[in-house]
Amino acid sequence: MSDILQSLTEILGERAVSNRPEELWFYGRDPGVLDSHPPDYVVAPRTTEEVQRVVQLANREKIPIVPMGSGMALTGLVIPLKGGIVMDMKRMNRILEVNEKARYAVVEGGTSQGALKAFLEDNHPGLRHSLPDAPPTTTIAANVALHGQGRLTHQYGFNSDMVSGLEVVLPTGDICKIGSPSLGPYWFSKGPTLPDLSGLFLGWLGTTGIFTKVGLKLYPNKKFRDLEMFVTDRVELVADIIYKLTHLEMLEDVNAWFQPMPLMFKDNYHITIYFTGDTEEEIEFKRKMVWDSLQKFIDAKDGGFMSIQPMKPMLLEMPQRGIAAFADVPKGGGFEYSGPITLIEHFPQYAAKVIELAAKYDVIYACSARVISGGHSMMFAISFAFNRADKAMMDRVKEALDEATEYALEMGGIPWKPNFMEQKMTMKRMDPNTLKLLQMVKKNLDPQGIMNPGNWEVS
Amino acid sequence: MYTLKFDENVCATCPSADCLLKCQYMEFDKNEAHEEMMKVVKGENSSVLHDCVTCYACEEYCHRGNHPYYLISERREEKGILTAPRPITNQWINMTQMQGKQSVGAIEDRAMSCCFLAELVSMGSGEIFKDIAPAVAFGAEFMCPAVHTHFAKMSVIKERLPVVIDNFVKLGVKEVICLHDECYGTYTSIAPAYGIGVPFKPIYYMDFLIERMKDLKDKIKPLDIKVAYQRPCSNRLIPEKLHLVKDILDLIGVELPDREYQGENCLCCAEILRAVSGYRLADDVQERNIADMVQTGAEYCVFNCPACQSTLSEKVAKNGLKPVHLIDLCKMAIGEKKKGV
Repeated sequence: MSDILQSLTEILGERAVSNRPEELWFYGRDPGVLDSHPPDYVVAPRTTEEVQRVVQLANREKIPIVPMGSGMALTGLVIPLKGGIVMDMKRMNRILEVNEKARYAVVEGGTSQGALKAFLEDNHPGLRHSLPDAPPTTTIAANVALHGQGRLTHQYGFNSDMVSGLEVVLPTGDICKIGSPSLGPYWFSKGPTLPDLSGLFLGWLGTTGIFTKVGLKLYPNKKFRDLEMFVTDRVELVADIIYKLTHLEMLEDVNAWFQPMPLMFKDNYHITIYFTGDTEEEIEFKRKMVWDSLQKFIDAKDGGFMSIQPMKPMLLEMPQRGIAAFADVPKGGGFEYSGPITLIEHFPQYAAKVIELAAKYDVIYACSARVISGGHSMMFAISFAFNRADKAMMDRVKEALDEATEYALEMGGIPWKPNFMEQKMTMKRMDPNTLKLLQMVKKNLDPQGIMNPGNWEVS
Repeated sequence: MYTLKFDENVCATCPSADCLLKCQYMEFDKNEAHEEMMKVVKGENSSVLHDCVTCYACEEYCHRGNHPYYLISERREEKGILTAPRPITNQWINMTQMQGKQSVGAIEDRAMSCCFLAELVSMGSGEIFKDIAPAVAFGAEFMCPAVHTHFAKMSVIKERLPVVIDNFVKLGVKEVICLHDECYGTYTSIAPAYGIGVPFKPIYYMDFLIERMKDLKDKIKPLDIKVAYQRPCSNRLIPEKLHLVKDILDLIGVELPDREYQGENCLCCAEILRAVSGYRLADDVQERNIADMVQTGAEYCVFNCPACQSTLSEKVAKNGLKPVHLIDLCKMAIGEKKKGV
């Protein structure tokens, strides 16, 4: 047994450490299109102290360490590009606290979205969190670490904006609390009115520390939830339509999307509009407000509300399983997406680009964009499906995604959860002083460069 | 291209102008009704071309064999007047395109047409349909295109209907049992109105149903319930079949109390009204209709059309009425389905 394996085993016990080839194979890949790269070790800690001791070892021995949630980011963010240790956080899955009145929860760094959802439904039915449309096994910590989005993003911003405190194991092994928990027992603020240190970790994709605890804001869970779907065939109207809708300030979630198949969706741009209420009267009032806000488009015959009764159960699912079905359209079960965040007014240009890319690379597309924070921006998911057994198709998808990211950057957008190549593209365009600051932060927090190396790496 | 057989003189000499006078969505006195219809006939602009909500009712109101509704739709298309917003109109055209994904069972002389409504495939099962269920024909290839009248796209009907008929002909059928009023109405009303030949015998499912229920009379346990009936728009194309609902309900011990909005005065489910005229009219129609159902003391709302059922089920249920399709009600009567489900 190597010294490292022995040291890891001493910290975590035999059953929580592995260097067996089948496990290294599994932990060396994700479901996206990027090439795999195996780690040297896989560990699965149960406590913050175990995380700390593993990080101290890695720091001492200069071994790369990659924190991993469920590994579903699709963009290779937990593929250990330089080998080392993959730290699977899923055994740290306890829900430590729910403060009902202050509406926040504190969860361990491997707690899944589904676990928190189920816990709240069972124990705090008046509360909910911003659930992403990802499999329920995906973790809360990973989602905020990459500035994830969710069902409440239209109302409250990125899911990372909803963080209310953090416990982080720094690359040096220090355990650091961020926000109100650094001063006392409460997890109600990640920063304000202190200097907001959460920015040193959120969005850094695990390159500046490992989240062992996350405080997360919770929100009222209304009794009823409903939706309408508006369609237009004039892409240039989408931004105006969304502007009208966001002006209402009463919607749960707004998504614009288009796809060529099935044929009922062909040539139209769809805007799915979710709203909630505690009474049927409230729901009806909101429905009427939604209809009235878009009346001018209906009068001009440029848009209308489609009949969705048969689709409603699927559309009201949280998370929506139908999204995964897209992956199997070309058979072979793969899909990946580029997720630029951009101005809503750029929707038409992005839409044209998606259609152009799908034709150029001969790939199947579906494209959606969620409105962020009441309309300040929107987050795209430019998705291409592929057959995992078809290498040529996967290569075409990869090229299409790279070109989509390049286009987003040209348009002044920001790529979401960029893979290491997209990070390089982003940094190439970044203001030099901003890049310098990025480098300073990274170097100071991770002097040995052990945290998820290959990501946010300033050359 | 097929053209609508429409006799101008029939309208010009019409003593009643019932087609528009009886309209539930436009207000005309007798003279106005006559004048407006004549404008439509002559291809002039008429408020009818802008305000018609496409309920099909004028096809029933006209007792002189003309086709006012098809003509209104023709004129709208000629003038480029959209009923619903353009993307909704095109969505319906796209989603009902034939794609070679039809489902065809073991068909010999007879087929059971389930149109493009998956609900009908599961409904056309059990003891009642045991001899015909294997002969299912389902998919856009067998879908009557009547729905496009709602969107004034008669060209789509004229293009697709001969293909649908031909698809049945290729199966070698002599009879097609239509589980949807819209299909039966298409073959017996729209096709002849356009001179499109139908070389098989369309059979209305309620005619089939009543014969089967007579065959199964020993199994029938009267349900002893009161119901309200939601008549679909497409039943306006075949008013001669309206009595069958009452006949079937009588057979299975179901009472159909009188109410304001039934028979010729029925109100539509309003899903299309929502697309064509907006939520205010649709909500108003649905509220009046359901309140009228409730005041009869009905326990169930009986549907004939799966689209109406999809639209109104939740709403009638919230008002204490159990939604059920007529076929399922018959299955309840012979013990194949549980009462109340």
